[in-house]
Parts: sequence; structure tokens; C-alpha cells
Amino acid sequence: MNIALLTSEIAVVILALLIIVFDLLMPRQEARRSLGYLAVCGLLGILVYTFNQHGASATVYHGFFVVDKFALFFKQLFIVATILTLLFSFDYIEGLTHNTGEFYALLLLSLVGMMVMASANDLLTVFVGLELMTIIFYILVGFDLRSSKSSEAGTKYLILGSAASAVLLYGMSWVYGFTGSIVLSQIAAHLTASPAMLLGLGLMLAGFCFKLSIVPFHMWAPDVYEGAPIPVTAMLAMASKAAGVAVLLRVFLVAFAGLQAYWLTIVSLLAGLSMIVGIIVAIWQTNIKRMLAYSSVAQAGYILSGLLAADAAGVKGMLFYSVLYMVANVGAFAVTTAVNNQYGSDKIDDLSGLSQKSPLLAVVMTVSLLSMAGLPPMAGFVGKMYIFMAITDKGYFWIAMLGLVMSMVSVYYYMLVVKVMYSKEAKNQQEFTASVSLRIVALISLIATLFIGIYPGPLAELANAAARSLW
Amino acid sequence: MVDFPLLTAILLTPIWGILVLSFMPREADKTIKMISAVTMAIALGLTLYAYWAYDVSLGGLQYIENVPWITELGVSYALGVDGISLPLLLLTMLVGFSTVFVSWNVDKRSKEFFIQLLLLVVGAIGTFVSQDLFIFLLFYELGIIPSYIMVVVWGSSERVSKEYAAMKLTIYLLLGSAFMLAGVIALYVNAFPAGMRTFSMQVLAQAHTMGNLSEDVQVFTFFLLLLGFGSTLSMWPFYSWAPDGYAAAPTGVSMLHAGVLKKIGGYGLIRIGLLILPLGVKFWAPFIAFFAVVNVLYAAFVTIAQKDLKYIVGYSSISHMGYILIGFAALNVISIDGAIANMFAHGIMSALFFAMIGLVYDKTNTRQVLSLGGLAHQMPRVATGFMLAGMSSLGLPGLAGFIPEFTTFVGAFKVYPLYTLLAISGIVFTALYILRVLANVLFGPRREEFDTCRDASGVELVSLVLLGTVLVVVGVFPQLLMGMVNSGMEPVMALLVKLHVTPTLLGGVFQ
Repeated sequence: MNIALLTSEIAVVILALLIIVFDLLMPRQEARRSLGYLAVCGLLGILVYTFNQHGASATVYHGFFVVDKFALFFKQLFIVATILTLLFSFDYIEGLTHNTGEFYALLLLSLVGMMVMASANDLLTVFVGLELMTIIFYILVGFDLRSSKSSEAGTKYLILGSAASAVLLYGMSWVYGFTGSIVLSQIAAHLTASPAMLLGLGLMLAGFCFKLSIVPFHMWAPDVYEGAPIPVTAMLAMASKAAGVAVLLRVFLVAFAGLQAYWLTIVSLLAGLSMIVGIIVAIWQTNIKRMLAYSSVAQAGYILSGLLAADAAGVKGMLFYSVLYMVANVGAFAVTTAVNNQYGSDKIDDLSGLSQKSPLLAVVMTVSLLSMAGLPPMAGFVGKMYIFMAITDKGYFWIAMLGLVMSMVSVYYYMLVVKVMYSKEAKNQQEFTASVSLRIVALISLIATLFIGIYPGPLAELANAAARSLW
Repeated sequence: MVDFPLLTAILLTPIWGILVLSFMPREADKTIKMISAVTMAIALGLTLYAYWAYDVSLGGLQYIENVPWITELGVSYALGVDGISLPLLLLTMLVGFSTVFVSWNVDKRSKEFFIQLLLLVVGAIGTFVSQDLFIFLLFYELGIIPSYIMVVVWGSSERVSKEYAAMKLTIYLLLGSAFMLAGVIALYVNAFPAGMRTFSMQVLAQAHTMGNLSEDVQVFTFFLLLLGFGSTLSMWPFYSWAPDGYAAAPTGVSMLHAGVLKKIGGYGLIRIGLLILPLGVKFWAPFIAFFAVVNVLYAAFVTIAQKDLKYIVGYSSISHMGYILIGFAALNVISIDGAIANMFAHGIMSALFFAMIGLVYDKTNTRQVLSLGGLAHQMPRVATGFMLAGMSSLGLPGLAGFIPEFTTFVGAFKVYPLYTLLAISGIVFTALYILRVLANVLFGPRREEFDTCRDASGVELVSLVLLGTVLVVVGVFPQLLMGMVNSGMEPVMALLVKLHVTPTLLGGVFQ
């Protein structure tokens, strides 16, 4: 048994525990910023370490836990997302609560959940990882005790999320019952197309779609996104969604590949519906977080559509898209945080005159939103091309077509935000301040989005290698 | 000078300008304008050199650059120009250079304005010089978002609000491009089996001869491309964004959109449509010819009813796109020659028109034909510009507009006699509205209220002199343009011979 494969997960847990201990040891009135720096530095170290695991392809705990390029790709994505989120939200978190140490520790523990999900090679580990992540998110969503919206969002997420977990678990029990195993490769070997099996499959798909906020399982997303503190919303939107993608891919392509004929049609409908509903409803939103929530529903639709190819090219597209979606979201949420620090609310109107007060942040917001819309030369364009070319190859041209048309419709509401930033006058002449770390994160997001869009080669190769390791 | 990357230099000069501008302080208004002007002047100079040094007798793609970009997708950074794209590249630079001076008195947030103006130019340059479909796509939509912002911030609301006009422009163009992108994906996937796929336009053009693209695929794919390029070109029925957009946009943006960006549609139809999907083009050509006639006549009638100068030029440019479309649809070398040359001539003409309208609006604060009059008394130079543009628009021999239109009709008449006759009748209506506008705005009794208006002077003259000279020079020496265009048609000729487009009595729709 090679316990070293678990090093990065263990390290994150230790880091979280360290933060809790330091938090207790520090005098009450002392600022907790140092704990945030500790978390960031620790994660950076772990990120560097994960590169050490490259090329590994091994399992531990009787095949329950696997470390391969696919898992590493996602783990690195989660870690980078967490680091960037922490960096842009120091000021925000300190304004939110006195218990910042707890906040950092919880965020790290949810990261562990995601990392476990990326490596899960059996249904139970999938479930454990998923619950570890989700239960911590229940707490984090309701972390803003002064805001009734936050508490409401936390409660809503708890109730709906538990129901979804129950559905998922119920589906797993059917699958276990009819294949006699929970290990993914064993399930693949004993697949039958019996109705009971398909019932289990359908229930599991519903459970995963809830995590991914795919229509019609998306109802929780707008309220939760709006109520949750911004860094939590950001993590929900990018990291938690990517973790959902990771398990969905592994479960469906390793365990259920043999039943493709049954689930492809359903997945195509779900993906198509998500694109349409997410984009149409987003048009009427006036709260930036709510708008991003609906937009994330549509983005999940795009990512999910890559599953239709059911081959390495499609998976490569999904991995590629997950990264660029993370990068774009970092930019959008960083700017949202800066505006919230300034005005204390998340109305789209608050962005008025941003291009005058902080040209950099206005450009970052514009580029991030347009990347999500998939306009060249931003990264989103290349991501959509990868996914849509892969599924066109398999005869799903209509989804590609629908996706392209809907993405251009989505430009409509992204442009409304751009209009507010560029053409409206600022509400007041107050100086606009944003911390250096926030500006740096915004700049990183801008450069990465443009770089991936113009020169996608390196990232595509990484995604390709990761995708191939699934087979 | 061995293999100096001339096209990359032309492409990078404005990009470099953008980078420099973004680090300039916001208050350095004059410096910002100077930098924009200098970068555009360098790029224009390089383009003129490229045009001059292009070996017409050799023909084909020249100044080729090719660097592998994304190998797994078959994308390469491939640049090159031939007789089709070089005139359009020159057009881009001429108009782009003029717009900097037309926008000289933009004082509000000039830094952002000029950065975005240069972005528009970069987008146009990129589409014309790229020989790789993927690189083409990267540049194709580059201009749309800056256009939106520029219309919303620096535009004017007359008949419709500028927000409405800007959004209409954006959505029309983007929806069109969504279909175009879908078409490109269909083309890419179908042209070659997995593993051999490429975005290179040269290689894709061979897929047809190798029999990889069945007629059905070509017909379907070209239809998608037609939706995209058609809306860029403001083909009927996808035209309604154009007049509103031009009217609301600041002068420089109107010039670039009507003069240059619109031509990307026509260029795409030829470069990607005709050269890669000839059978698809052949199938749709009769329909395009029909739309072309609708474009010419319908837009001409609408123009006659307009009272706002910008709407007049806006609708008139839609009408002129009909000539380009019918030249394209006739599918013979003469008519397509005419269509390409017409893109150049119309680009210069409409840019000059919008520049003059901008000047008049600046000085008199109105664009309504009925409230203007006798401006030739106070502004003889502006009047000269108006006359040049107007006369070229109605196809007066001796100006740039004549030879291209004439060539188009000669070529198209063989294929679509009836449609061509109808299109030619459009010239009569063009003459009607152009002459009426010129008479109402420029001539007639001197009006006291305009006595305080100064004539164009200083930097305002740059666009007038530059574009006006081009109109006259190309009009007097059409060989400068036609020789170049003709050399670009060599590969098309071989293709067209194989297509066997047979003339039919009513133009093919009722076959």
C-alpha cells in the first residue's frame, strides 16, 4: 500500500488543522491576515509538490483511490482556484467575520473534499469526497451571520443538497445491488441494461447534475450564489463545479461507458436545456452574483455537452473548458469583491463608471465575461471550439449549433454589464481602492484568459494527456 | 532584405500602438492622438510598400509566413496576401489612417477611444492577411465589442437611442457569426478525417477537389457561412443593424464599419465560400442574386425616403452591397473582379462620405437634409469632398466607383440578364437620391445661419485629401486596382471553369 499517494490530501488537512490551532493561540484582537498568508503559502507548496506526482498512475486502498494524470489535473485546478480566491478576498473576509481563521480552515477542508473526488475510483469514495466538500459548503454559504440572505441560502442549500445526496446514494445502492461492486472498473465489467440498473444510473446522473447545477436541477444555484459570501460563491462556481465534472467523467466514462446508448440522449437534452434556460433567465438579473449564477448554469451546460463525445477529444475539451472557466470566474469575482468592498452590495449598477475609476478592473471584468460568452480571441472561444468540434464529430452538430447561438445571445446580458461600466457615470467621486493582491489576481486572470485564447497549445496538451489517462 | 515578415509587421504596428497607449496617462490627450497617428502612418506606409512590391505577373499568395501554432488542431500562424486581399488590406489602412484624424477632436476619454479604434483596425487587418481559418476567426469578431462600447460612449442618439443601435449591431453581427462558426466547425470536421485535419485555407481548398466534401455538406455549410457573412455584409434580410448602427456611431467608427468591416463579409464569401465550398456557392448563387437585387432596389427606395444624412449613406451602402453580391453570385471572373474592386471603391467612398457628414455635423450640429442648405458657400472644401464621394457613389466615369460597377454588370449580365437589368436600374435611383442630397445640402441660396461655420482645415483635411485623391487616382488609372484584383482571380478562374455555371433565362430561381 502506497500511502505516499495521499500526501497532498494529508498535507492540506494538516494545513487546515494548523490554521485552527494558530487561530486559537493568537491573541483575540490580533489581525488574522497572517493565517491567510499561511494558507496561501502552504497551498503553493502543495501545488509544487503535486507536480512531483506527475506520471504516476497508481491506486491505493484496494483500488478505491487513484492518482493519475486526470486526478492531478483537477487537483491542481482546485488548488490554484483556492489560492487565487484567497488572494482576492482577504479584505472581504476580514470585513465579513471575526472568525477568519475558521473560514480559512473550512475552505481548505472543502478543498480536501474536492481533491478526494478527483481521485475517487469507487462509488463510496465518490460519495465521501462529495459530502466532505458539500457539508463544508453548507457552513460556508451561511457564514455571514449578519445577513439573513446568507443564512437563508445556507439553509436552502442544506435541504436541497441533502435531498440530492440522498438521491445519489439511492442510485448508487441500485447500481451496487445489480453489479455487486462499488469499484468503477468492476461495475463496468458487470453492466447489464436492466431497468433497475438504468434507474440507478438515472438517479446518479440527477445527483451529479445537482452539483453541476444543470437544468432542471439548478434551482438552488441563484439563491445560494446570491446569499453566500463572495469567495464562497466563487469556489462554488468554479472549484465545486469542476469537482462535479471530475467525478461525473470518471463514473460515466469508466463505469457506465457500456450504457452510452441510454444516457447520451438524456445528457444531450440536459446540456441543451441548461444552455437555453441559463442564458435566457440571466438576461433579467440585476444582481451580479445572481447573473453569474445563471451564467454558470449555462456554462455547466457547455461543459456537460462535451460528455456527448464520450471520447478523449471530448474530455479534453471539458478539462480545457473547466480551466478557462475557472480563470474567467476568478477575474469576474475578484472585480465583484472589489466593488463590494467599496459599496457593500452586489448590484450591477454598482459597477457604474468603473472604467473611469479603475480601468484595469473594468477591462478584467469585460474580458472575463466575454471569455465566458466565448468570443475570440478570449479563452472561452477556443474551449467552445474544442468541445463543439469533438461532439460534431460524433453527430451532435445540433448541440454545437445551439451552443454557439446561445453563447452569442449571452453576449447581450454581458454587454449590459459592460455598458454600465463604460457609459454610466460613477455614483460618487469617492476614490476607488482595491488591495494589491486583488489587483494582481485580476491581472493574472486577464493575462491567462488572453494567453489561453491566443496560444492554447500548452494547456491543450496538458488536458489531452489528462484525458487520455482515463482510458 | 530576405523574408522580412512584412505582414506581421503591418499587423503588429497597431498592436504595439495599443500597448503604448494603454500605459499613457489619461490626460496626455495630444500625445495619445500623435501616437495613434504615427502607428497608423507606419502601418499604412508598410502596406503601400507591400502593394507596390507585390509581383502582379507572378500572382498568387505572396509575403507568406507560416509558423505552426496549435499542431494538434492543424492551426498555423499563416499569413499571406494575394490580389483579393491586398486591395482590401490597403483599404483598411487608408480608412484606418483617416479615422485617426477624423477623430482628432474626440476629447472625452480619448485614451480609451483610440485604443478601441486601433483594435477595430487590428481586427480588420488580421482577417485580411490570415491564411488560416482559425487565425481568421480570432480576428473576425475582435472589432464588435469595441464597436459596442464606442457607440454607447461616444455615439449620438438621433432617431433611435445609441444604446439600442449599439446592441442591435452587436447582436446581429454576433448571431450571424454564431452560424458562421457552426459552419466552420462543420467544414473542419467534414473536410478531412481525424488526424489529418487542418484550418489552413490552402489545404481546405483542396478538400473539394479530393472529393472529401459532398455536395450536401457543401450546400449546408455554405448556407451557415452565408448567414454569417451575409449579416456582416448587410445582405437583405439581415441589414437592419447597419443604418441604425452607422447613424449612432461616432464618425470614425461609421467610417470603419461601412468602409472596411462590412467588406469582411464579401471577402469571406469569396475566400472561404467560393474557394473552399464551390458546389455550395453554386447551389446558393441564384438565391444570392435574388437577394442582391432586393438589396439594391429596396435599400435604394428606402434611401430616397431618408432625411438624415447618415441614414442616407447607411441605406445607400446597403444598396451598394447588392452590386457586390450580384457580382459574386454571377460566378464568373469578370463579375467577381468587379465585386472585389467595388468593395475597395465603395469602402473609400463611404468612408469619405461619413467623414464629410461628420464635419458638417460638427460645424452645423444637424444632419437633417432639410435644415441644411447652401453649404458650398461657406465650406467649399467640404463640398468638394461631398461631391467626390457622391459622384463616385453614383458611378461617374473618372472616379473609382465607375469601373468596378461597370465590370460587375458586364460579367453579371451574361448570367442573370434580368437581375442585372434591375440592378442597373438601381443606379438611376442612386443618382436620384445622391443628386437631391447634394443639391439640398451644398447648393442653393446662401443661408445666414451657417455663416459662422468654418470650412475644413488642418487635420480635418487629411481624410478629405487622402480619400479624395484615392478616388480620383483609382478612377483615372483603374489598372492600379483592376490589375491587382485580376491577378488574384487566377485560382478562382480554374475553379469556375470546372463549375460550369450555365446562364439561365430568369436567373436560375425558377429552374
